[in-house]
Amino acid sequence: MEELVFTRPRYLKKTPFHYCPGCGHSIIHRLVAEVIEELGIGDKTIGVPPAGCAVLAYDYFDVDMGEAPHGRGPAVATGIKRILPDRIVFSYQGDGDIAAIGTAETIHAANRGENITVIFVNNSCYGMTGGQMAPTTLLGQNSTTTPGGRDARRDGAPIDLSEILALTQGSVYIERTAVSSLKNIIKTKKAITKAFKAQMAGKGFSLVEILSPCPTNWKMSTIDACRRIDETVVQTFPLKVIKDETE
Amino acid sequence: MGESNGKRPMTAKTNKGRIVIDSSLCKGCYLCISVCPNECIAVSDETNEKGYHPARFKNTKGDTDHACTGCALCAIMCPDIAIEVYRG
Ligand code: SF4
Ligand code: SF4
Ligand code: SF4
Repeated sequence: MEELVFTRPRYLKKTPFHYCPGCGHSIIHRLVAEVIEELGIGDKTIGVPPAGCAVLAYDYFDVDMGEAPHGRGPAVATGIKRILPDRIVFSYQGDGDIAAIGTAETIHAANRGENITVIFVNNSCYGMTGGQMAPTTLLGQNSTTTPGGRDARRDGAPIDLSEILALTQGSVYIERTAVSSLKNIIKTKKAITKAFKAQMAGKGFSLVEILSPCPTNWKMSTIDACRRIDETVVQTFPLKVIKDETE
Repeated sequence: MGESNGKRPMTAKTNKGRIVIDSSLCKGCYLCISVCPNECIAVSDETNEKGYHPARFKNTKGDTDHACTGCALCAIMCPDIAIEVYRG
């Protein structure tokens, strides 16, 4: 008997993604939906999309979805979780959203130990608005606002938000992964599973930072964008478990 | 020990995998081609309604037919969930 071994996960609608070819958002959406399905939490999960390329995430996820003003995902997720503590609440944010405009909300949600999960998609630029420098842009990286490359003296150095969040009292699980290869995709799914499980067990704030290709603004082929993550971006943002106090 | 069921010559090794690519979802990123260990996917000459040359399942590796094992690596890599995998 022939068996269907891979298909669209239950909690993604059939709507085609609007993301560019080879965009990491598409892979990450699928992984989050697969984890929701495997953990059997589809009927009690509420997602909070960001401003940015993933602003339309509510068109794709087939679970309850809200929407947050730019950067305010963790604050909105806090409100939802406190009113509905039996729900599994995640915010989904890009690096411009979480590491620039939303820094305050994010740090304080982590510090309070809000029992929510944050999916932090780091593609080292502002994607939707056309590739401006984000706080996570690498030194030397060209962007529309750092022609010639980011310079630490002029533009500041890339900020490692995950390490900062790990210093807060309330964060329990923070890992940085990538979706640049099969191996990294599988690890990312494990990390998302662990983050959701931490929330299900009531442990506190969990976050997975995922290095994600943006071939369009990096002006690279899809395959070269994945290679850039594996060879270059990981030098600044190493893949690792940054904090794990879930045991 | 070789099989000798008389139905097919021993050289015709048949892997029992198959993928279906939804070419209307495909954006021609070709990440699937980059990860398939059995060279089973190629670029189509046709253009889809988005304007991309979609990936095409050819299921051959060199002279070998039915090269797809149904490992699903292409589908795990595909950003646009354009690939379904069957095995068995
Ligand atoms: S601009 Fe970058 S992040 Fe945005 S959809 Fe395109 S590839 Fe993805
Ligand atoms: S299932 Fe495996 S062998 Fe078949 S096309 Fe996909 S990657 Fe290649
Ligand atoms: S990975 Fe998916 S979207 Fe990319 S070329 Fe292959 S089938 Fe098309």
